[in-house]
Amino acid sequence: MLDLFIEFFRQLAEDYPRWNFVFFHDERQWNRLLSGFYYTVWLSVACLIFSVVIGVAGAWLQGSPSRLVRSVVQGYIQFFRNTPPFVQLLFFYFALGQFTPTITAADGWTVEPIISNVGWAIVSLSFFAGAFNVEIFRAGIEAVPESTKEAASSLGFSRLQTYTEVVLPLAFRVCLPALNNNLVNLVKTTTQAIGIAVPELLYQCVGIWNDYPSALYPTMLVLFLLFILLVGVLVYSMHRWERAMRIPGYGG
Amino acid sequence: MNTTQWTPDQPIVSMRDVHKSFGNLEVLKGISLDVRKGEVICIIGPSGSGKSTLIRCINALNDIQGGSIKVEGQEVHDKNLDKLELRQKVGMVFQQYNLFPHKTALENVMMAPVKVLKEPKDEVQERALKLLKKVRLDGKEHSYPGELSGGQQQRVAIARSLAMRPDIMLFDEVTAALDPETVKEVLITIKELAQEGMTCILVTHEMGFAREIADHIYFTDRGVIVEHGPPSTFFKNATDPRTQEFLSQIL
Repeated sequence: MLDLFIEFFRQLAEDYPRWNFVFFHDERQWNRLLSGFYYTVWLSVACLIFSVVIGVAGAWLQGSPSRLVRSVVQGYIQFFRNTPPFVQLLFFYFALGQFTPTITAADGWTVEPIISNVGWAIVSLSFFAGAFNVEIFRAGIEAVPESTKEAASSLGFSRLQTYTEVVLPLAFRVCLPALNNNLVNLVKTTTQAIGIAVPELLYQCVGIWNDYPSALYPTMLVLFLLFILLVGVLVYSMHRWERAMRIPGYGG
Repeated sequence: MNTTQWTPDQPIVSMRDVHKSFGNLEVLKGISLDVRKGEVICIIGPSGSGKSTLIRCINALNDIQGGSIKVEGQEVHDKNLDKLELRQKVGMVFQQYNLFPHKTALENVMMAPVKVLKEPKDEVQERALKLLKKVRLDGKEHSYPGELSGGQQQRVAIARSLAMRPDIMLFDEVTAALDPETVKEVLITIKELAQEGMTCILVTHEMGFAREIADHIYFTDRGVIVEHGPPSTFFKNATDPRTQEFLSQIL
């Protein structure tokens, strides 16, 4: 079965040289594609988690009584929302990367920065998506009626308890669709990590079609399909989550 | 800090010359009243007279600009006050119920004792089930607020407050959002509570209920207490023209 599959694509490449799905009949290229896909998934999941954490924490700090804290959050949002994510990525890696401490690698003689290019990609993309998430969560939080929060404080809940027990669970439900959109964007933005040589999917694909110009179209095609798949899984699970969180008799 | 210990023969709630403003608008202009343990107090008056603001000051949901409010001898608007302790002592029920919509009736009742007082869950659950039974909502434990009628929601809200074992209950126009049919079921619940000796402070427009249940009635207008007295004299012998006018419109 597998042999048939490999043979089919080898033959296809011979008959139609523009359609060389090289990764389907060359194991090394297949492994490249696969490792790129894993990297993209790993990058996406890490950034998803961190950006949501940043969003939740940022939205909480936005409600802080301290004016200083509020303006720091506001400054953060303005910076990361109003500058291109690709430039941020380069800035983090090339500018800030200079100032981070270095460690000696396992081989005993190379010196590596403590935060690798993958690390910087995660940091930079999480902060980028996190800035939008703060605004998304803020919208959800503002949709929670003041009276509901008041009921919580009348029962002795602290500000933090009110936030975690009452406000967040309700706000989450309101902002899931918007969050969904932003996370989809985040997954797609991970391709920009190619700019600092993170070996994610796009990086590997570019490598493949540089080595095999005949594989240009097929690789692009597969690149699109893999992203559709990846985003599809994300959207599907977000919708499942949305449905699971629906409260009987509340909202739509 | 207050050095004298509060004893039950002293007023449980004591307000002295309380002033409260929202911006330039002065809502309370020197309110003084005393509530004794086990008493039922009704505050009536036209809309905008400061009734709700008045009781919201008692559990520090609103701050005040002048005067003093003491609950069990403790100054409420002291900066160093332990708000948790105050709010455990003073329960509150709101006009719009304000239940937590993402929690079932039972969870609504259990939440504060478990999360705030850190009491063991099974103990709280037992108490919560009893309370729901007491407000005649057995069978609705696992319904969400959105699946309950207004009257049922309001009774869950009452049970939720009682779960904290408060000494005083504040009711802020709790029947104003209900249809006439369900008003009764909520009033019966409050009445039972009052009969058991709970100290209750109600803001209400239900004059018949106030007359029946209250030990003392306060009439407020434009931020001052115009007149007060036990219902027997208050409804018959109101002397102030403003009270007379208000009562003539309602009774």
